[in-house]
Amino acid sequence: MIEVSNIEKAFNGTPVLKGISCVFETGKCNLLLGGSGTGKSVLLQCIVGLMKPDLGSITFDGTVYTNSKIDIRQEIRRKIGMLFQGSALFDSMTVAQNVEFPLQMLTPEMSPEERRERVEFCLKRVGLENAGNKMPAEISGGMKKRVGIARAIAPQCTYLFCDEPNSGLDPATSIKIDELIHEITHEYGITTVIVTHDMNSVIEIGEHIIFLHQGKKLWDGTKDEILNATVPELRDFIFSSSLVRAAKRVDEETEGGISAFAEESESGGGI
Amino acid sequence: MLTIFGSFVLFLRGMVTRTERFSVLWARTIDEAILIGVDSVVIVSIVSAFIGAVTCVQIAYNLTNPLIPQSTIGYMVREMTILELAPTITSIVLAGKVGSSIAGGLGTMRITEQISALEVMGINSTSYLVLPRILAALVMFPMLVILAMLLSILGGYLAGTLTGVMTAQDYIEGIRTDFIPYNIVFALIKAVVFAFLVSGISSFKGYFTTGGALEVGAASTGAVTNSIIAILIADFALAALLL
Repeated sequence: MIEVSNIEKAFNGTPVLKGISCVFETGKCNLLLGGSGTGKSVLLQCIVGLMKPDLGSITFDGTVYTNSKIDIRQEIRRKIGMLFQGSALFDSMTVAQNVEFPLQMLTPEMSPEERRERVEFCLKRVGLENAGNKMPAEISGGMKKRVGIARAIAPQCTYLFCDEPNSGLDPATSIKIDELIHEITHEYGITTVIVTHDMNSVIEIGEHIIFLHQGKKLWDGTKDEILNATVPELRDFIFSSSLVRAAKRVDEETEGGISAFAEESESGGGI
Repeated sequence: MLTIFGSFVLFLRGMVTRTERFSVLWARTIDEAILIGVDSVVIVSIVSAFIGAVTCVQIAYNLTNPLIPQSTIGYMVREMTILELAPTITSIVLAGKVGSSIAGGLGTMRITEQISALEVMGINSTSYLVLPRILAALVMFPMLVILAMLLSILGGYLAGTLTGVMTAQDYIEGIRTDFIPYNIVFALIKAVVFAFLVSGISSFKGYFTTGGALEVGAASTGAVTNSIIAILIADFALAALLL
């Protein structure tokens, strides 16, 4: 579980995060939802340690991360896996070498044979068992995201952070990436935090959603509660999507919430 | 200016604190030594051989007094090559080739979040990416300068003898006259200082790139121009201090 308490961050005097407090639950896909420029990515960067918050604290399973000693921060960082918006694969390495890299750096006690087996396992887990020898430039955007996920889970991370995992992907591939993240989260019982403004993701995997607006947390809840949320900013945000308007219609007809819509979509009912 | 210098010092300090394992650094340094040193052999060879040749021909052109022996041409080629042309021109050439490569590579890694990926993994990115580049440059620059010295003198020999401005015997006599071994030491000290300046400044410019492709290009250009200016200032300072 990750606890964020009263985080504040400003750039050149302009506040970006205004006292955000929230909890990211273990074994769930926690979504940081909000429009562009609301501070989602800044909050994520503060949590993973790429940025230092001006105020507030972040705790990973009871261990305070902010302002702690470098050894403690390093220890926590080694439990973190992250999928970047642009995948951030090392372009001078093959796919397999990218996945092996954190193992080489973080677990020197592993033998080359053990590392090779782990790389094969992770690539197979994301459905890329035959792409190990390819270079990042030779694979598609969706495959890059999969490699990014494989690299993140290779050292058996406890916390998985995904910065807009669906950006630049077609809807079908986006759903596959969402499903993969969801499966991995439940399979390994990890704490997953996903930054997104994609309502498809909310419908697919939003087990715990935190809505940010202008640097403040305005709402949190589940995907079944989001359609009935009363926060005007959240309603404006979610009902700007025709997909959600359709979901709301199904919700009213079936009283099954957004989950019913997702099930109906999967069974071919669609919008 | 002071802020930039302070940032540069902190950048270098971050590089040597919490370094990665020796085996990792060793492997990375060897990789970088190949990129910085081995891949630069051809350009350094061509430049230095022609500089030696041109120096020889131009000295011969200006040396019209019959009272001055022809061997003076060889002597002057050697002195100019060892003291100035080999270390300085080689380092300026390397600032263009290696400096832009370092800044462009690190800048691209920065804007594509590869450096952030290293940091999130708990890896000291400056130690992993920058320290091996600087170590490799410190080792390879002096080797390339020694190569440049040899090839410049050889270039002067070939130009002098093939164009008929002097005999081989005069040239060899000239390059053996009044040899001062300290000049070689001085040239190598210059090479080490220039190596640090080129690799350090280029890494600094590349590592802190922000923005997109345009800024990566600007970082590369800035790395080359700043490195060359730093080389020229250091060249003067070292000459004033050590000669």
